[in-house]
Amino acid sequence: MRKFIALTVFAAAVTAQAAEDLDTRVERLAQELRCVVCQSQSVADSNAPLAVDMKRHLREGLAAGRSEQELRDELVQRYGEQVLYRPALHAGTVPLWFGPVALVAIGGLVYWRHGRRREGGP
Amino acid sequence: MKLLLAALLPLLATATLVALLARSLQRDAQAEPVSPLIGKPAPVLDLERLAGDTPPRPGEVWVLNVFASWCGPCRTELPVLGQLAEQSGVRIVGLDYRDTLELGLAFLKRHGNPYALTWRDPEGKGSMAWGVTGVPETFVIDRKGVVRLRHTGPVTAEDLNKRLLPLIKRLQGA
Amino acid sequence: MTGELGQFALLLALAVALAQAVLPLWGAQAGRARWIALARPLAAVNFGLLSLAFATLVASCVVLDTSVAYVTAHASQELPLGYRITAAWGGHEGSLLLWVWILSAWGALVAARSGDLPAVFAARVQGVLGFIAAGFIAFIAFTSNPFERLLPAPANGHDLNPLLQDPGMAAHPPLLYLGYVGFAVGFAFAVAALLEDDLDARWTRWARPWVLAAWSALTAGILLGSFWAYYELGWGGFWFWDAVENAAFMPWLLGTALIHSLAVAEKRPGFLRWSLLLALLAFSLSLLGTFLVRSGVVSSVHAFASDPSRGLFILMLLGLSVGGSLALYALRVGRLPPAEGYALGSRESLLLLNNLLLATATGTVLLGTLYPLAAEVISGVKLSVGAPYFDTVFPPIMLPLAALMVLGPLARWRGAALQNVKPLLPLALTALGAAAVLAFSLQGSLWLAAGVATGLWALGGTLALAWHQRAAWRQGLALWLAHCGIGIFVLGVTLVRSLEQAHDVTLAPGEETVVAGHVLRFDKLEAAPGPNYQAARATLSWQVGGTPLQLAPEKRVYGRRQVAMTEAAIARSLWRDVYVSLGEANADGRWALRVQIKPFMAWVWIGALLMAGGGVWGLLAHRRRPKSKLAAEPASPNIVPTLSTP
Repeated sequence: MRKFIALTVFAAAVTAQAAEDLDTRVERLAQELRCVVCQSQSVADSNAPLAVDMKRHLREGLAAGRSEQELRDELVQRYGEQVLYRPALHAGTVPLWFGPVALVAIGGLVYWRHGRRREGGP
Repeated sequence: MKLLLAALLPLLATATLVALLARSLQRDAQAEPVSPLIGKPAPVLDLERLAGDTPPRPGEVWVLNVFASWCGPCRTELPVLGQLAEQSGVRIVGLDYRDTLELGLAFLKRHGNPYALTWRDPEGKGSMAWGVTGVPETFVIDRKGVVRLRHTGPVTAEDLNKRLLPLIKRLQGA
Repeated sequence: MTGELGQFALLLALAVALAQAVLPLWGAQAGRARWIALARPLAAVNFGLLSLAFATLVASCVVLDTSVAYVTAHASQELPLGYRITAAWGGHEGSLLLWVWILSAWGALVAARSGDLPAVFAARVQGVLGFIAAGFIAFIAFTSNPFERLLPAPANGHDLNPLLQDPGMAAHPPLLYLGYVGFAVGFAFAVAALLEDDLDARWTRWARPWVLAAWSALTAGILLGSFWAYYELGWGGFWFWDAVENAAFMPWLLGTALIHSLAVAEKRPGFLRWSLLLALLAFSLSLLGTFLVRSGVVSSVHAFASDPSRGLFILMLLGLSVGGSLALYALRVGRLPPAEGYALGSRESLLLLNNLLLATATGTVLLGTLYPLAAEVISGVKLSVGAPYFDTVFPPIMLPLAALMVLGPLARWRGAALQNVKPLLPLALTALGAAAVLAFSLQGSLWLAAGVATGLWALGGTLALAWHQRAAWRQGLALWLAHCGIGIFVLGVTLVRSLEQAHDVTLAPGEETVVAGHVLRFDKLEAAPGPNYQAARATLSWQVGGTPLQLAPEKRVYGRRQVAMTEAAIARSLWRDVYVSLGEANADGRWALRVQIKPFMAWVWIGALLMAGGGVWGLLAHRRRPKSKLAAEPASPNIVPTLSTP
């Protein structure tokens, strides 16, 4: 009898743990999706019916073993790229993702050039 | 010389920026958002039936209309949808968004039913498959099952005559 | 009657501003002493007229003169008096009038305190300010007039947007504009300096207090906006990288670079060039921000409902002022002495890095903000660039800056040796160690470790510096406060973002559930009506620690506008905030609740407050020193540098 209880408690704890991880995964994914019927809110933050439905859809999908990427791609197919708050990397977003790198490189160049000019003047 | 170039850079950047912003002002901010489904196969849904029993036949042009009992404009467009069905012979499939069985049936009973078939979508799954962002929305699907048009908002008589009927006639002729 | 008075004052102000724009500048070019002398009186008259105009708008709101269209749109009989006053800047037209009124206030203040400046220079400053004022007053008068009549006058107004019916709202725009618009003074000083025959660095000394004041106000304004969004919007977020937030943040970033550059520009010619460019660009970004908020090109919670024709007007203003000033810069920059090279590890070198990193950060934020616009114009694709993007690209630029910030005050002028840094090595190791422990014990996040290490290093390093130089505390306090503020801010943001939890539960009154290991009870649900709203208030108690936390989130419906608002319940402490918001009720009477736990949330506010405080102290300390002393004291390498002394 005690073993049975222990097993049940253990199973409950494991499923509770798994459920909590699912919560975090849903939250994280929902934070990166835009609520397309709101002014500018993420799906996670929004109470709009569409956002609630989307969160449910994400939860069911993740629980069924689908990957985050798969769910994201599916939503992009239905709502367009604007549903992603973190734009996917492709030809159209290369300047966006590599722009900061380029800026840092330019800054570094400027800094290096200034450093090269040793003080020599009066 | 190099100094002048470096000094001109902010100015050039500003000119580009102003040009960009001017162009973005010109585009119509109220333009209907283009559905990503256009040109793609219509999503296949597996939903409970609310009313009607004739699904669209393969190889036939059909129309999907998303509505809800709590949506005022949906009520006003019902007669226009009825005209659409009559004048073009298309089957209109209704998708009842976030309604209970009773409310959906009552809506159709009270205001008329232009739909050959109506599906229930209490949890929004069907609408999400179609990328629906509000009610009402209307989709036109061609003979090959490809989505050709999305119309957001109620279908008025003008929309019927200027947008929907010409397109449907053309797709039916093809 | 008051509406017409306001209208008249506005048009008169336009005429005066035009005079202020043209006469002093022409006079300065042509040497007409009488026109030069007009500059300061015109500034005063402009301020007076705009004050009159603004006062009439406020009065119309207070008495609810619904024959004025603006009043009908933004006030109502049920609106409490305090909010009737703030309704004057609750809408597009009114807030623009506030904008230009604050500009004229700054101008009048500068005019009043220009006694020591060369007359020609002061005249040019007023001329530039006059141009900007004229542009905006024209914009208001011809496209966004708050005094337009609405006849027949309706019985009641549409009430103020419920989001704005809040004390934080009362202070946020005025404070924000003080800063945002205040950068116009720095801009005017830079343009006036460029117009001078002898382009030297004296203007940086004169501009310093004005820029510091504007920067402090902007810091406080952004802080208040963020603080208000946190408790008012009901989602628990405090920064969304929203286009309008970025619009205020970008001038702040460049403004920070500017205050550092102005401090050294007189001694180091290279920073004179930086100061000029930064002063021009900071205000240019303010103008860009004004455009973004009011043109309708970006959708945002903040954006005013506007139409594209207004946008075009502001765009033209933007193009003229920014283009004109940068063209002037390109023309005149050749007259500046060439920049020297700096030894690596010298204070100049670190200040240069400071400017470069801030400029890069600004560029990045600008890129992210405008990219969706550009993508749509160029290729028709609708993209969203949101918080996930900025949270990825921004910290790698700012964290190194926060780390270098500790080394800056320790570095020697012109010197390369950083021997002063050696005593801090134990601190660095402690910071890294603590960060590593934290990261691995809680979750293996690189950002948590980096942020905590940097924050501890920044805070500890500044405190160590402060202790070491405590004798000269009067000069040092501004820097210590601001830099400590940054350290605390970095710690707060890192910890909150990494460790916050959100739990969605559904409860009916009387039920309880377990959230984050503690029992949450839904005690009762009651109606809580207000002056112009109906509300449902849920009383909850959460059994964490000894005494249970009482939380009372509300859902309000404002009658006139039929808008539902969520009032979150926040239990604050130094170590964590508990944030509860009420969602929708189910058909079966159960309510959706979102319970969020945010560790170290208060540190974000405290950090920003300290930054603003540092700026304010810098201003006060500057004014206390008698002017004769400024020239006499040598710049000793051991004295802690401040931003307001040479």
